[in-house]
Formats: sequence, C-alpha cells, structure tokens
Amino acid sequence: MDWSYFFSEVIANRGALLHGTAITFTVSLIAILAGTVLGIVIGIAVTYGNKPLRWPARLYIDIIRGTPVLVLVLTTFYVSSAVGLNFTAFQAGALALTLFCASHVGEILRGALQSLSRGQIEAGRAIGLTFGGIFRYILFPQALRFALPTWITAAVEMVKASTLLSVIGVAELLLSTQQIISNNFLNMQFYLLAGAIYFLIDFAIEQVGRSIGRRLEQPTRRMV
Amino acid sequence: MNYHFNFAPILDQWPLLLSGIGLGLLLALVSIAIGSVLGLVVAFASRAPNRWLRSLAFTWISILRNLPILVIVLFLFFGMPQLGLSLDKITSFIVALSLYASAYMAEVFRGGLLSVPQGLIEAGQAIGLTSFRIKRYIVLPIMFRNALPAFGNNFISLFKDTSLAATIAVPELTFYARKINSETFRVIEVWLIASLLYIVCCYAITLVLRAMEKRLVLEKT
Repeated sequence: MDWSYFFSEVIANRGALLHGTAITFTVSLIAILAGTVLGIVIGIAVTYGNKPLRWPARLYIDIIRGTPVLVLVLTTFYVSSAVGLNFTAFQAGALALTLFCASHVGEILRGALQSLSRGQIEAGRAIGLTFGGIFRYILFPQALRFALPTWITAAVEMVKASTLLSVIGVAELLLSTQQIISNNFLNMQFYLLAGAIYFLIDFAIEQVGRSIGRRLEQPTRRMV
Repeated sequence: MNYHFNFAPILDQWPLLLSGIGLGLLLALVSIAIGSVLGLVVAFASRAPNRWLRSLAFTWISILRNLPILVIVLFLFFGMPQLGLSLDKITSFIVALSLYASAYMAEVFRGGLLSVPQGLIEAGQAIGLTSFRIKRYIVLPIMFRNALPAFGNNFISLFKDTSLAATIAVPELTFYARKINSETFRVIEVWLIASLLYIVCCYAITLVLRAMEKRLVLEKT
C-alpha cells in the first residue's frame, strides 16, 4: 500500500474535503435547529393539544419514524420537483433531515413532558399563569433536563443521516469523498478518512452531551 | 397542481416490491442475530475484570456508534477488496449491518446486565453455583427479559437501515422503488407506496414485539 500517494492525494483534494465537511456541518446544523423548533411545537401538540391538534401531530411522528431516512430523503427530493417546487438537492435534503429531526425531537419532548406530574400545571393555573407561562417557566425547564441527553444523541443521528444526502447529489463529505475516489481509486483509504472525520464530529458531540448530562444529574442549585 | 395519479404501473410490479420487503426483513433478521451474539460478547467484555478488555469493548461501541452506517457499508463493499477481501454485495451488507448492530446491542445488553439485582447473583453464589451457571441460569434470563423492549426498537431501526443496501444495488424495497421511479416516472405514487410499505411493516413488527413482550415480561409485583 502506498501511503505517500494517499497523503499527496489528501493534500491535493483538501479543498473538496474541507468544503464537503462544511456542507455536512451546515446541513446538519440547519436540520438540528429547524427540526428542534418544529419538534418542540409537535411535542407540545402531542402532549397537551386537544384532539384536532394531537392526532395530526401523533400521525406525523409515527409516519416519519416509520419510514427509513433514505426513503424520506428520496421522497422529498423527487416529489418536491414532481409537484413543481424547484428545490435544489441541498434544500430538499435539508428539508428531509429537518422533518426527520422534528419527529425525533417531538417524541423526545413528549416523553420528557409526560414524566412531569399533572399537578404542576394545576399549580401554575392556581397562581394565575397562562399556558404559555406555565410551559415557559415550569414545564420546559424541567423537561429540558430530561430531554437534553437524548437530544444530543439525536444530533449525532442527524450528522450520521446527512451522509444520505450523497445519494441525491448534495456534495457533502461523503459525496466529496466518493468523487475523489473516482479519480484516484483509493477506496479504502478515503473511506477510512471520511469515517475518521465523521467519528471525530460525532464523538465530540457525544462528549459534550456526556458532560452536560453529568452536570444535569447534580441537583439544581436553589436560589435562596 | 394537476397531477394525475396512476398507480397501475407500480401495482404491476407488486411482486418485486414484496420480494424487496422480504429481502429487507431477512437482512435485518440475520444482522440482528449476528449483531446480538457479538453484542453479548462485547457487553460481557465491557464488564470484565480485565481493564484492557473493558476499554476494548468501549472503543468498539464508541467507534461503531459514531460512524454513519452508510460509510461502514461503502467501506466494506468498496474498500475491503483492496485488502484482498471481496465479499458479494449481500454478504458485505450483512457484515456491515451486523457490526453496526453489535454496538447498539452491546449497549442494550449492558443496560440489561446492570439491571440484574446484585442480590440474586449473591444468592446464586450462596447456593454454590459456579460463575458460569450463575450467568446461565440467573443473569442471562433476567437480562434478556429486561432488554426485550430495546431489542425490538433496534430491530425496527435495523429494518429501516436495510434501505441503505440500495446504494450498493442490493435488490430490496428502496432499490426497486428507485428503479420503478426511473422507469415509469410515477414519482409521487412510487414513493407513496414505498413509504407506506415501510410504515406498515414497522407497525406490524411493533405489534408482534408487543405480543412477545406481554408473554415474556413478568408482572411487576
């Protein structure tokens, strides 16, 4: 095996690799942020909504979680153009990952909210808070403690799922790697390199999650 | 939007879609079986007295859990032949999915092991069981029962991950969906049906697993 050739190829293609990593970062970040916002809405609807709100939210979660992400990505990409939405591959991919992320966040938040006792809502009502106020000051801070470690895992899943956008032609890290491989045929070395980069990103996120989780396990400081 | 739905060209290919689902289920079953055996070994290694064995187990779990499954699949199929190990696409996909599953199953079993009450193990020692028999008759049965719900979730995830086999041309459901998509251009219909098939399958698996759990999990007293 000729490793010096591999290293010279890495240096020659550093632009494409860096650009691919940047796209991976961007699309994951968009999916995580937009997906979290949408997921919070869905999570609230599925936990506290009345019937016409709860059922669509439940259906959304079950449908998205019942389909493989690859099918979701392909569906979003092909169907969006078939119905006349002119999305680029990047936009369609980001949309698919956002929808996927939202269903996970919704389910995570539902689990966390349901672990809180009903009496807290009643206590909030008793002191005259609106539902917005109850959620903002009572439920959400507690649910966050429960949900944060799982949410971090979902973030790792998003970075991993972003590889699927290579299938619809978004030049993220994996597709960039494949394009480089098609020139120099260093399959093993470049897939290893891509794997190492993904591992580093995910491992870093996981470690951040661990340290947050450890801090959350300690009792909250009371302001006296 | 005036799109005229026409499901006929897709329903003509019904046998292909069904065989695709069948292959997907088979791939998931074989992978979770191999992955569970490997995962069990890794789970026991992660609780072993030997420090090196423990860190080896945690490294295994950490690496496989933080790699995208698509990268593992492509690495094994396109990268390994360079080291002289050429597997056909189905075998190589099963190896990839099994390795991936082993990390998740190891986590599941590790949680299951932690949930076995220490008192029961001590009770086993007190009546003079060997450490192998304690594992065989006390630890494993309790661990499996506690691990069952998580086992089911992992199986569903793995089944969904079999869609990635389409990227190396393993003829499962997503592969056929893409093929029918490019042959008939009935874009919306084909993806609607493919998604529905996956959802129905996942739901059916959930029902089967729930029935199994009901039979196996003891009533909490």
